[in-house]
Amino acid sequence: MKLKLSTRKAIWAYVFLALPLLFYLGIRIFPTLQAFQMSLYDWHVQADQRSFVGLANYTRMLSDQRLLQAFRNMLWYGLLGVPAQLILGLTVGLMLHSIKKFRGFFRAVFFAPYVAPAVAVSWVWSLLLSPHLGIVNQVLWYLGIDPQPFMTSPSQALPTVTFVVVWQFLGFHVLLFLAGLESIPRDYYEAAQIDGANRWQTFKNITLPLLNPTIVVSLVMATAAPSTGMLQLFTHVMNLKFDDPGGPLGSTLTVVLYTYQRAFQAYDMGYASAIVVVLFVILLIISLIQIRLTSREVEY
Amino acid sequence: MVRGQQRLRVKPATVFVYIVLILGIVPMLFPFVWMVLTSLKPFQEVFSLNLLPSNPTLANYGQLFSRTLFPRWFLNSTIVAAITVASVLFFDSLVGYTLAKLPFPGKNVIFVLILSTMFVPTEMLVLPWYQMSAQYGWLDTYWGILFPGIMTAFGVFLMRQAFATLPDELLDAGRIDGLSEFGIFLRIALPLVKPSLAALAILTFIGNWNAYLWPLIATETRQMYTLPVGISLFSGEVGAQWNLITAGSAVAVIPMMIVFIIFQRQILEGVVRSGLK
Repeated sequence: MKLKLSTRKAIWAYVFLALPLLFYLGIRIFPTLQAFQMSLYDWHVQADQRSFVGLANYTRMLSDQRLLQAFRNMLWYGLLGVPAQLILGLTVGLMLHSIKKFRGFFRAVFFAPYVAPAVAVSWVWSLLLSPHLGIVNQVLWYLGIDPQPFMTSPSQALPTVTFVVVWQFLGFHVLLFLAGLESIPRDYYEAAQIDGANRWQTFKNITLPLLNPTIVVSLVMATAAPSTGMLQLFTHVMNLKFDDPGGPLGSTLTVVLYTYQRAFQAYDMGYASAIVVVLFVILLIISLIQIRLTSREVEY
Repeated sequence: MVRGQQRLRVKPATVFVYIVLILGIVPMLFPFVWMVLTSLKPFQEVFSLNLLPSNPTLANYGQLFSRTLFPRWFLNSTIVAAITVASVLFFDSLVGYTLAKLPFPGKNVIFVLILSTMFVPTEMLVLPWYQMSAQYGWLDTYWGILFPGIMTAFGVFLMRQAFATLPDELLDAGRIDGLSEFGIFLRIALPLVKPSLAALAILTFIGNWNAYLWPLIATETRQMYTLPVGISLFSGEVGAQWNLITAGSAVAVIPMMIVFIIFQRQILEGVVRSGLK
């Protein structure tokens, strides 16, 4: 029997998708639902010892001072780091796009920190920023500036972490903006030149609106993406102050780090699950609001 | 002569841009330069104010490779990254191709299902993954470290965009020649999306080489650590041995730099093509 071509294609499609679907259902979607389920239980190593506690893990969060501090820190990380990544990323992107010589070289310079492992980068920075022996304070001393405590001060530690993260991920945003700028057709600029538009007008009326999709992606990535997002920091916080992750006095503690500590140091998996569920919902809402507020349809 | 004169007239704005970019080199690259230079200093000299080592030595690297588990961690990271990249390239392009080029009922549902997994943060999944791994005995194995990453929704999206640009006639020609559907994918479609494959390969490699949270959870014995986990815990143990820490970091960073310098054009093109601009 000869099958119709469309039927044959459909059968092949299901064959190709069989294993991947098993993966996405088993390793991505089922665990997502499982996290919700775990958040309703008081966790125990033995499955039959786990008891259903309803929303107790969620109500417990409201009186957990350390968690509330982590959420407050998250807000600060976002407020400091997201605008810094976007503005610096766009500025450097525009600069790299405007030059003709050494573009590849400078692109590599700004992208270098992004390809380096965050663990290695954090250790190197923690040594550079060491209050007594670090080279940064030596440079400040030469410039006549008092040495700074950086990671040892509760007020400076969070901005210091933010600085290292922005330093590392700047190149990623530069790359996004460069790709966005390259996809704007040259005709628009030529037309603007004929119309006698100046640099600022061209930027405001052509570049910025046409970059809108890039700005949305960059904003969402800087805020909520798993490894680059300011609201999901873990690796840097853990390694910039290895003797006291999240310190001093919890001033750099992030929600992810706290979840890790609850889950794998206190084996409080149910509570940790409830925290990540709340974090997930917050991230989703923030991302949706960002996309809603910044996406604009541009017609030319 | 006239052309030469024109070329000499450089706009002040351009000069300004170059000056700012050149100044930017210092903060972006200094940590790496310092890292390499410090790794060449003997322990006593690490805190000296001189940037350059007075007697450059590779002793730190020797110690790193002969007295610590560093070579093993390097090997582990290489194995995990290589298997993951191969798997991601194969499966993500197969799924991307199927979603872009083969009509079948339920296509949109499956696409949305796969894409939606991009929005679930890793931290939310690591707890169930840990349970799953403990239950099936995957903890502290290569499979345990790499199973969450063998396919990626991002890669599916990227490859679907790439395959969508191929003309259908080309694939039909393959059908007339009697190739199977898998043969058409492998022999005709795949070679035409090489730039996107290169970009996906590099981004996946970077992501896996640098991954920290899940390998930290999934490994138990020191022999199974990946490079980032090894550096992190090893640095915590050796305390102030900055010469070893910087040497270890340099070994982890330098392969990535080389990969990036060779492939940076492909990475940029991949991002442009994905429509992720």
